[in-house]
Amino acid sequence: MENAFGQPQTVIVFGGTSDISHAVTLRLVKQRARRLVLAGRSADSLAARGAELTAAGATDITTVIFDASRPEQAGDTVTEAFDALGAPADLVVIAVGLLGDQLAMENDAAASAEMAAVNYSWPVAAIAEIRRRLIAQGSGRILVYSSVAAIRVRRDNYLYAGAKAGLDRFCEGVADSLVGTGVSIQVVRPGMVRSKMTAGMKDVPFTTSIDECADNIVKGLGTSAGVITSPSILKWVFLALLHLPRPVWRKLSATK
Amino acid sequence: MSKELLTGWGRTAPARAERRSPSSVDDVQAAFAERRPVIGRGLGRSYGDPAQVSGGLVLDNRALSEVHHFDATTGIITAGAGLSLDDLLRITMPAGWFVPVTPGTRQVTLAGAVAADVHGKNHHVDGSFGQHVLRLTMVTPSGVFEITPSSDPDLFWATVGGMGLTGFITQVTVQLIAIETDKVLVDTRRLNSLDEVMRELKESDATHRYSVAWVDCMTTGRHMGRGIITRGEHARVSDLDSPSLTGPSVAKLTVPFDAPSGLLNPLSIKIFNEAWFRVAPVHKDRQVQSISTFFHPLDGINDWNRLYGRRGFVQYQFAVPDSASEMVVTAIDQLSASKVPSFLAVLKRFGPGSPGHLSFPMAGWTLALDLPVGPAALPRVLDELDELVLGAGGRLYLAKDARLDGRHLRAMYPRVDEFLSVKARVDPENLFTSDLARRLDLIRK
Repeated sequence: MENAFGQPQTVIVFGGTSDISHAVTLRLVKQRARRLVLAGRSADSLAARGAELTAAGATDITTVIFDASRPEQAGDTVTEAFDALGAPADLVVIAVGLLGDQLAMENDAAASAEMAAVNYSWPVAAIAEIRRRLIAQGSGRILVYSSVAAIRVRRDNYLYAGAKAGLDRFCEGVADSLVGTGVSIQVVRPGMVRSKMTAGMKDVPFTTSIDECADNIVKGLGTSAGVITSPSILKWVFLALLHLPRPVWRKLSATK
Repeated sequence: MSKELLTGWGRTAPARAERRSPSSVDDVQAAFAERRPVIGRGLGRSYGDPAQVSGGLVLDNRALSEVHHFDATTGIITAGAGLSLDDLLRITMPAGWFVPVTPGTRQVTLAGAVAADVHGKNHHVDGSFGQHVLRLTMVTPSGVFEITPSSDPDLFWATVGGMGLTGFITQVTVQLIAIETDKVLVDTRRLNSLDEVMRELKESDATHRYSVAWVDCMTTGRHMGRGIITRGEHARVSDLDSPSLTGPSVAKLTVPFDAPSGLLNPLSIKIFNEAWFRVAPVHKDRQVQSISTFFHPLDGINDWNRLYGRRGFVQYQFAVPDSASEMVVTAIDQLSASKVPSFLAVLKRFGPGSPGHLSFPMAGWTLALDLPVGPAALPRVLDELDELVLGAGGRLYLAKDARLDGRHLRAMYPRVDEFLSVKARVDPENLFTSDLARRLDLIRK
């Protein structure tokens, strides 16, 4: 069970091999998390991540393989993960995401569809099943990775940011539907983080390291905040950016 | 029957469960037939998560509050386990009988007092609540048991302090203590250092039935742990000009809404502590106080837990043996150095513990701290205190706990396995569980 400080003991992570998500899980294991289910695409990377978590103090780690480009299978994947956990889930993390190369994909219908599937449809389908299970359980938290890019979509990453924006707004409605159920949902909006997902991209203002970002997220998990922004100053920066006239935003946000 | 969001008194970690109010043994057994996780709940005064089971059935005992028998010549009362100490005292005090042990609030049910094996300011003389219970009736998945400490000592002492995990208590028989008046004669001392507080408290083991100290855990340096000791005895008729015997007064104030989280912050608590310390007399003897003022000061304000705001608070209470007195000093030192705000720290003496498998008290010291949730350092500060407590051979009070790491449970409560084997006899399928039991991995279900 989650304790008084919002520290979970049982955690399921979908997309558990991403750098940020792993750094967060590692911190949770150092607090109270002991029993975990890691779900991801590659058995090898899951095993490597699992070994690190075991070394940090996790006692019970199971892995589940899934493909986030197949939203129609999300319900089964969630069921498999809950069964593997075998206990009430205190925290369920949805960290799946695909950034991709916008310019290479924007004229490609199949690639665009995959971007929508991984960044929007799979999480939406998964949340439907997670939400149902946690409500029956009477407690639990869902943590969903969005992005500050979802606050105002820009020309250079609209496939990614547009899908994340959909997911982000979707979670607002889910949050309202959960009031009084004992279950809550929190959305994380990280700014630019130096990780393997952003390798080769140049730093923008307020870029953080993986560790800083993970610290901010874990801190947010200990609260009832509906949205966790990392670093928190970006909440105000993007509030301002959101109100810029479109032409100004277009020029300012152009990176190429 | 309704689905509700439940928390303990600290208002942390809410869980939704189905609450039912059984009024008979049949009602309780009907709940077992559903094979869902189940736990009893009284007035919800335990601080953390022992009286909730998310996704399960919470059996509210308050419909079972009938007084079945009260003998005003022997002071033995048999009542429904959902009767509160407050209601009990309204009946027994006019006849000259008081509860043998009272916690800091009267708003606990008899079942809750048994399940947490509650203690009071007289533990060093009279022990804990369970030691005054003559008979218990409980409904378990294996049947109904009416037990005394001699008829089934295993089940009796697994249930006393057992956090409700052995079954649903329906009836309790208690031996009360005789009082001549409804007043207490109180001696107060204001002391400038922790050393003095601890010395005086230890000395009063032999001289006073009731003793307690309030300790300031936010002042560092020479006055670290300065405090106020209050000690009392029930007043006799000959002590008073106009002796009376009436039940406790009714709370006049209510906190009407959640205060903003952060109202109780380092500054406001420091100011409160300073004022609390200054207002106390340096030395005063035989001051006449009411039962409520002396034993239950916070009962004067309904819903006072709302003062801590929406984020709630945790209470951290540990006990350590006398041999580890130094640890109390280290703990208060560590806490005051951490700058984590703590309100109303209470230091008490404990006499020998009861035979309850999971009963909290052990001969030595106990310190209880109220800590608002919020400071980022708080989880770590308390984890570090856990290590000190473990090192001293001490333990945390489960009725207060909301954050202990289950890995430490067996070191603190070495009789856990004995407890579990008794539980297996009356509840082989582990239907009785709670969020506390799950969190501490006491029951893996």
